[in-house]
Amino acid sequence: MSAESVFPQLEALLPHVQKPIQYVGGELNSTVKDWDSCDVRWSLMYPDAYEVGLPNQGVMILYEVLNEREGVLAERTYSVWPDLEALMREHHVPQFTVDAHRPVGAFDVLGVSFSTELGYTNLLTALDLAGIPMEAKDRTEDHPIVLAGGHAAFNPEPIADFLDCAVVGDGEQAVLEITEIIRAWKQEDRPGGRDELLLRLAKTGSVYVPKFYDVEYLADGRISRVVPNRSGVPWRVSKHTVMDLDEWPYPKQPLVPLAETVHERMSVEIFRGCTRGCRFCQAGMITRPVRERSITGIGEMVDKGLKATGFEEVGLLSLSSADHTEIGDIAKGLADRYEEDKIGLSLPSTRVDAFNVDLANELTRNGRRSGLTFAPEGGSERMRKVINKMVSEEDLIRTVSTAYGNGWRQVKLYFMCGLPTETDEDVLQIGDMAVNVIAEGRKVSGQNDIRCTVSIGGFVPKPHTPFQWAPQLSAEETDARLEKLRDKIRGDKKYGRSIGFRYHDGKPGIVEGLLSRGDRRVGSVIRAVYEGGGRFDGWREHFSYDRWMKAAEETLPAFGVDVAWYTTREREYEEVLPWDHLDSGLDKDWLWEDWQDALDETEVEDCRWTPCFDCGVCPQLDLDIQIGPTGKKLLPLTVVK
Amino acid sequence: MQRIRLRYTKRGRLRFTSHRDFQRAFERALRRAEVPMAYSAGFTPHPKVSYANAAPTGTGSEAEYLEIQLAERRDPDTLRELLDTSLPDGLDVIDAVEAHTSGLADRLEASVWEIRLDGVAAEEAGRAVEAFLAAEEVQVERRTKNGMRTFDARAAVTRLEAAGSVDDRPDGKACAILRLVVRHLTPAVRPDDVLSGLRATADLAPPVPAAVTRLAQGLLDEETGAVTDPLAPDRDAATAAPSTAAGLSAAKATSGVSPAAGEGTA
Repeated sequence: MSAESVFPQLEALLPHVQKPIQYVGGELNSTVKDWDSCDVRWSLMYPDAYEVGLPNQGVMILYEVLNEREGVLAERTYSVWPDLEALMREHHVPQFTVDAHRPVGAFDVLGVSFSTELGYTNLLTALDLAGIPMEAKDRTEDHPIVLAGGHAAFNPEPIADFLDCAVVGDGEQAVLEITEIIRAWKQEDRPGGRDELLLRLAKTGSVYVPKFYDVEYLADGRISRVVPNRSGVPWRVSKHTVMDLDEWPYPKQPLVPLAETVHERMSVEIFRGCTRGCRFCQAGMITRPVRERSITGIGEMVDKGLKATGFEEVGLLSLSSADHTEIGDIAKGLADRYEEDKIGLSLPSTRVDAFNVDLANELTRNGRRSGLTFAPEGGSERMRKVINKMVSEEDLIRTVSTAYGNGWRQVKLYFMCGLPTETDEDVLQIGDMAVNVIAEGRKVSGQNDIRCTVSIGGFVPKPHTPFQWAPQLSAEETDARLEKLRDKIRGDKKYGRSIGFRYHDGKPGIVEGLLSRGDRRVGSVIRAVYEGGGRFDGWREHFSYDRWMKAAEETLPAFGVDVAWYTTREREYEEVLPWDHLDSGLDKDWLWEDWQDALDETEVEDCRWTPCFDCGVCPQLDLDIQIGPTGKKLLPLTVVK
Repeated sequence: MQRIRLRYTKRGRLRFTSHRDFQRAFERALRRAEVPMAYSAGFTPHPKVSYANAAPTGTGSEAEYLEIQLAERRDPDTLRELLDTSLPDGLDVIDAVEAHTSGLADRLEASVWEIRLDGVAAEEAGRAVEAFLAAEEVQVERRTKNGMRTFDARAAVTRLEAAGSVDDRPDGKACAILRLVVRHLTPAVRPDDVLSGLRATADLAPPVPAAVTRLAQGLLDEETGAVTDPLAPDRDAATAAPSTAAGLSAAKATSGVSPAAGEGTA
């Protein structure tokens, strides 16, 4: 396929679409390399709208890592909105990259990063617009290798038919290894065609090629086994883990868009992985072990990144940022350094802990103290033991008391509904907690105008977690439980008006559940939804529960299963799970024990400060946790003005 | 407190930058270039930037204007170069003067626009222009925030000419170029309103969207019909009285009242 720019054709369509700026590229720090002087070419896709996809750290990191290499180029592509999609179909404009507006079909690889399963229909739209056959089996040597990564790739089975391969774990080194394999194969004049290339990738042991595995089923619909069908293909595919984040200080030159996007800040990942052990949390389980970036490495990235972007805010990202061993020094150091520069600092994902209020105070020295967010996740003490979120009501009250006492006006609390073993009573206790928070807040602040917002999401059991065997709560039961809680909060004459209540209905969670724990048979549902017009399923205004259920009713009965079979059904120890052949490093028996501990309401400590509890990751991957403190100071300092 | 007025462009694909997009990009460029901006007071201080009469999203421009306030003095030319380097290509800063007069926005009385109509023959465009100019009034509709609005697109147009096709186009297709001078009135008449007017009066229907570029903005010379450089009064005031204090008083004397100030610089 010609790699010529399609911009002239696209340009004529842009006056007719919403926010055309999102399609033109030209972002600060973006890169356009010469096509002919590169021999391995990647298009990287985030399968959502530009405003969500552009700030995605994963894509940004890989884009920079690849473009830094000689002879390799990477360009970005995002999902186009339905208004442009219709015009592109009408005028035969293919899916394009925003960097040089080249057709996606002309690249060697289309790498797609899935943070969520709700991007699956957008993958199909992009493939179709790109002129790439939707099913991998119909592709020829002229088509790109379609590769998935990101957290959702830890169970790529529902999209197995549409993928050539998937990579689990960290992408930085993986993309370079894959690049070298493709380069060698191309230099040898593509021996054995597409199959040979995929086989070479599969033989590394860390690239999953679905077509080299056969899935066999039992009469009752469960999987009997997943078997490699080629010699040299491993039984299990292992995940990639990057050690020493200081060697990977990306993004160095973060992209600065012209269009408005969801996160406009200089983000620095201060550590990767988490061993808090929250049993619902897939991210915490699949990114182990904990690997910290050093305080000096963080200081340098922030300094360079701000100079390269002009952003006004720094986000210190991780799964639980306050857990960095030197977070106090980092926060104070950055607050000191940027005190005069009107740079905001934010620390998302913090736990319920008075120490975090001190940190938040430090980060908002000059600014307004508007809202603080905590995530107790479970409404009752019992529930929090089940999910291993070790926060007592006392801790929470002490924390919010400190917050309101320090001038914070609003506290946001995140919870989940539909957790394993949960009853109405567990959820109703969320209301009691909110009331206690307001009562304490009024007492310590001496004011009545403080607020507490309760935000509730539906729990979806995820692969590679102790809850991978758990039954999901049905949409109807979720809705009924949340309505009871809503009535309880609204009915409280004294405190009800100070409590905000935000929740989503249970329906989208069921679709997410189907896709999260689905197997290859779910692919037919995804395809039917796409063909029925499904796009942008992560967007409330585009998501249609009915479309998903209709597609499921049309396709799943042929396999003797249904949506409930995938979602609300509890699995047994013996069951072969669709993702068992993808190795996250976690020992399946440990996950099962942890599931049993959950049912017994037994908590597990964090292995950073207690002995190893044998989750399996470190010995399996021959690694260890990598944490400070280093005892160093935040350097380099900016020049004194 | 020094005030500096800048002229900037929206070129090529960056013409799709909306005004809000530009504002964010500009404020980031100020940070990257470490311009010593003056800030507003309050909980969330903003750098002091005044934007004037931005071109609509999707139209190119060679003549956008804004004014910034600095906390420390800087040389306007050095600042221009610094900001131009800091902004993405296409958003180019092409002129800078220190403000010695008030009311830059008031001096933006009219705009000169170029409208390229690919696939339209020059003669056809010429006939449509004649019909448009012959009309007393041309009612057009535009969707605004408050729904469909009907207004006259004719009165604001002080000049409209159709130039010949560009005959060196590689594909040899016809292409008419309109040159339009529009007075800034309320409601604002935009190039697409004039295109609607040409369609209404003479059935002119270009096969592809028009490529529209603002070439100039400034004071409208009623006699010649020329649009003059709105930064000229500041330049003149600076040469007349280089010291700041004198410059300010001189500026007050010439501000907006002397048509001679901007003569002949369109």
